[in-house]
Amino acid sequence: MMFRNGDRKIEEIWLWLDERVGLTEIFKLVKKKDVPVHTHTVWYYLGGMTLFLFVIQVTTGILLLLYYRPSAEEAYESIQFLMTEVEFGWLIRSIHSWAANLMVFTLFVHFFSVLLLKAYRRPREVTWLSGMGLLGLALTFGFTGYLLPWNELAYFATRVGTEIPGAVPLVGSFLRRLLRGGDDVTGATLTRFYGIHVAILPALTTLFLGLHLFLVQKHGMSVPPDVERQSKEKKVMPFFPNFLLRDLVGWLTALAILAALAAFIPAELGKKADPFQPAPVGIKPEWYFMFMFQTLKFLPSYILGIEGEILGVLGFGLGGLFLALIPFLDRRTARGETSRLFTWIVIAIIAYMVVLTYLGYTVSPTK
Amino acid sequence: MAQWSMGGIVDRRRFLNWFLGTTAGAFLFTVFYPISRYLVPPKVQESTSRTVTLALKPADVKFNTGQIFRFGSQPAILVRTPAGELKAFAAVCTHLACIVQYRNDLNHIWCACHNGHFDLNGLNISGPPPRPLEQYVVNVRGDQIVVSKGA
Amino acid sequence: MNLDGFSRLAGFVLLIVSLSPSYLAAQQKPDNCVGCHTALGDERLAEPAKHFAEDIHATKGFGCVSCHGGDASDAEMSAMSPAKGYIGKPKGTKIVEVCGRCHSNARFMRQYNPALRVDQVTEYYSSVHGRRLKESGDPKVAICSSCHRTHSIRPPSDPRSSVHPLKVADLCGSCHAEAKIMAQYKIPTDQLEKYKKSVHWTLLSVKGDLSAPTCNDCHGNHGATPPGISWVGNVCGQCHVVNTELFDKSRHAKVFIQMGMPGCASCHDNHQILQTSDEMLGLSEPAVCIRCHSAEDRGGKSAAAMRTLIDSLGKEYDKAHSILLKAERSGMEVSQAQFELSEAKTALVKARAAIHAFSVVVVKKEVDPGLQISAKAHTRGLKALEELGFRRRWLVVSMAIILALVGAIVVKIRRMERKEQ
Repeated sequence: MMFRNGDRKIEEIWLWLDERVGLTEIFKLVKKKDVPVHTHTVWYYLGGMTLFLFVIQVTTGILLLLYYRPSAEEAYESIQFLMTEVEFGWLIRSIHSWAANLMVFTLFVHFFSVLLLKAYRRPREVTWLSGMGLLGLALTFGFTGYLLPWNELAYFATRVGTEIPGAVPLVGSFLRRLLRGGDDVTGATLTRFYGIHVAILPALTTLFLGLHLFLVQKHGMSVPPDVERQSKEKKVMPFFPNFLLRDLVGWLTALAILAALAAFIPAELGKKADPFQPAPVGIKPEWYFMFMFQTLKFLPSYILGIEGEILGVLGFGLGGLFLALIPFLDRRTARGETSRLFTWIVIAIIAYMVVLTYLGYTVSPTK
Repeated sequence: MAQWSMGGIVDRRRFLNWFLGTTAGAFLFTVFYPISRYLVPPKVQESTSRTVTLALKPADVKFNTGQIFRFGSQPAILVRTPAGELKAFAAVCTHLACIVQYRNDLNHIWCACHNGHFDLNGLNISGPPPRPLEQYVVNVRGDQIVVSKGA
Repeated sequence: MNLDGFSRLAGFVLLIVSLSPSYLAAQQKPDNCVGCHTALGDERLAEPAKHFAEDIHATKGFGCVSCHGGDASDAEMSAMSPAKGYIGKPKGTKIVEVCGRCHSNARFMRQYNPALRVDQVTEYYSSVHGRRLKESGDPKVAICSSCHRTHSIRPPSDPRSSVHPLKVADLCGSCHAEAKIMAQYKIPTDQLEKYKKSVHWTLLSVKGDLSAPTCNDCHGNHGATPPGISWVGNVCGQCHVVNTELFDKSRHAKVFIQMGMPGCASCHDNHQILQTSDEMLGLSEPAVCIRCHSAEDRGGKSAAAMRTLIDSLGKEYDKAHSILLKAERSGMEVSQAQFELSEAKTALVKARAAIHAFSVVVVKKEVDPGLQISAKAHTRGLKALEELGFRRRWLVVSMAIILALVGAIVVKIRRMERKEQ
């Protein structure tokens, strides 16, 4: 077998488990998995990287759960206690905070690489939809988690952030009440966001992620259309151990970066939220929401008699719907032809998001 | 250690495997050591910004005395009134933030900086202080005095 | 009129009774006075009647007759006959007499408010206003009605009262800030303007601290007189006890009196008392010491020395405070150090009060412990930041391990794939 002469004990354990769990079967499947090798192979690592960072989040999140108190009176103090009294508390919290940002970043890169390499085409439409669901879940994780320290910045950012769904016509105010657990952002909002963040979202993520990963295994890695069209011999590398070891290199590098960030730029706490104080100047949402925030700020108050904000929110909704339906809208790719149009649409979207994010940080808040 | 004298690919492979195993082990240590230290609850079990347990026995606090103790990062004053009641207040004078003291000749709290007087309910009764002292809740739990911020 | 014996007796009794204060309690109803005056359609006559219902005297059961005399039960013009005690609209000392009739009578007043003083008239005649009224019959001076008004009198604690603390300054200023009115008395008219720039007014009007002083707190209200030069300190010392005690023991106290300088007001001004700052002390603008002292004399040297001491403590305190804040924001535990630093803040406040002893030794006594505490806190802050440094060193070790592992894996991949070829 694959064991060398010195590993007699390990071989015994393997045989014992194999009889009961069926390890050989599983291993055969793993050995079968191949990864295509071509110029765009590097993008294949991003899904796994996002998954790794998610695992980091779950681990550090569970650790944080042991000390965090989800009430308006105690949340801030419990984090202060965690940062100063608990050994390595600052490290766990800082990694959780940075990995969240890194995960959203790799998720976006993964998302855009799939779009540009047209990996959403048949038969991977359901994989694409489950991925869109995961994107929504990740952003919601970020939004709900941001409030949990109950500090000044988070409180006001949440105030503004939950105001926006309120702009949806008809169901807006009901949605806002549902999100906030009341009419205003209060301790009830905190408890609700906590429940969403540690129970509801993880449960939904398990479902969507399970589906997503199963489908990825089922269909294998998608090869970009132009590579497929080439008549050259298709090179592959085995997933185990070659691709996996490379994955590991990436994951460990990410871990090193996280450790450096945690040590040099630890997570801040700021001041405790005080609902009776006026909002500080220049409230900003997290960077991944900035482009939407800045777009809404740029929109005029009224367009053709309709409130600008409502149009903005509807616009984003339609944009999201468009992206979700891309596999069905991109007829040319479905037919196997090159689709320059959709490539340029995606590039335009990337440019829009980058520019608006940049403006969000450079434009003066008092304008 | 490894037999370097025997040169060749086998030794390099063995060294690489050893190196891989050792660094992997060290890596796992750097991951699990902080996590295990983290799981052990710290000595100070509660944040001191909301409640503080004093290193004093109730029996040791004499009548008509007051003493300064630390509440979070702020000074606070524990008073045993002439009538025997235990009370605690923020010891930061509401005038210019000097630390107040208990005067057993006046039987109430006094600030030396500008002659501010506070009664045993923390109310500012004379001098420049514009507001009363913040009052804390004092509870005696067996042999301990626990001071906490009121709701 | 030909009155028979009985009616004369009745009229006499009625007269006595109507003039006797004790009877005035809750017996006379102002019905007819108010009824006529409001129905006449003359604004000038109706006004007093309209407002009087809110007046504190009305709520206690007093009517028009209580001050003006006359007969409230009579619906004719005969109600206002001198025979019935009617005095019309009192003027000058007559007003003081009318008000004082009740308000100087201790027995009478305690039925209504035992805590009210009953010496206002005595005080008033000791004031500049009262003396001028008595001696020269000056019609322009303030009398009871000038400040308390006539028919809508309320206690000073009532925010609608004309003598509520927030209104007093403007009330006094209604005469004292008018050049036309004050011209003949040759007193300045800038007091109100100056007072409105003061920290006392800011405390009153902006911070809402009603215990802050306004005109009457320093000048007296009924016995209004500017404080004499030798007792300015006693006035300020009502609240600023520590500073006054120190000042009285200092060399400045006697010297100021000899030089005719008005005590506290020499440096702090009398009306435009501004928020103090360390800059008032020393030998460079905007210090007050240089008005008399220079760098060559002993006083000037003391001033400079005291300023240096206070500045040094202020700086050390700020340094310690900011490093502890920085450590705290970086997630380090520094509450013990911050607790101990608060004593240095106390020392700084005490040192600033100690200036009023005008002695370097006294100031140094307060500053030195403060400096020690600040230095210790600063060291604690440095240690906390060092711990941050320790974290970074730990990081280098763990990074090295991770990168070593990464290197080993990369080599492993290379060898593995070379073998496969």
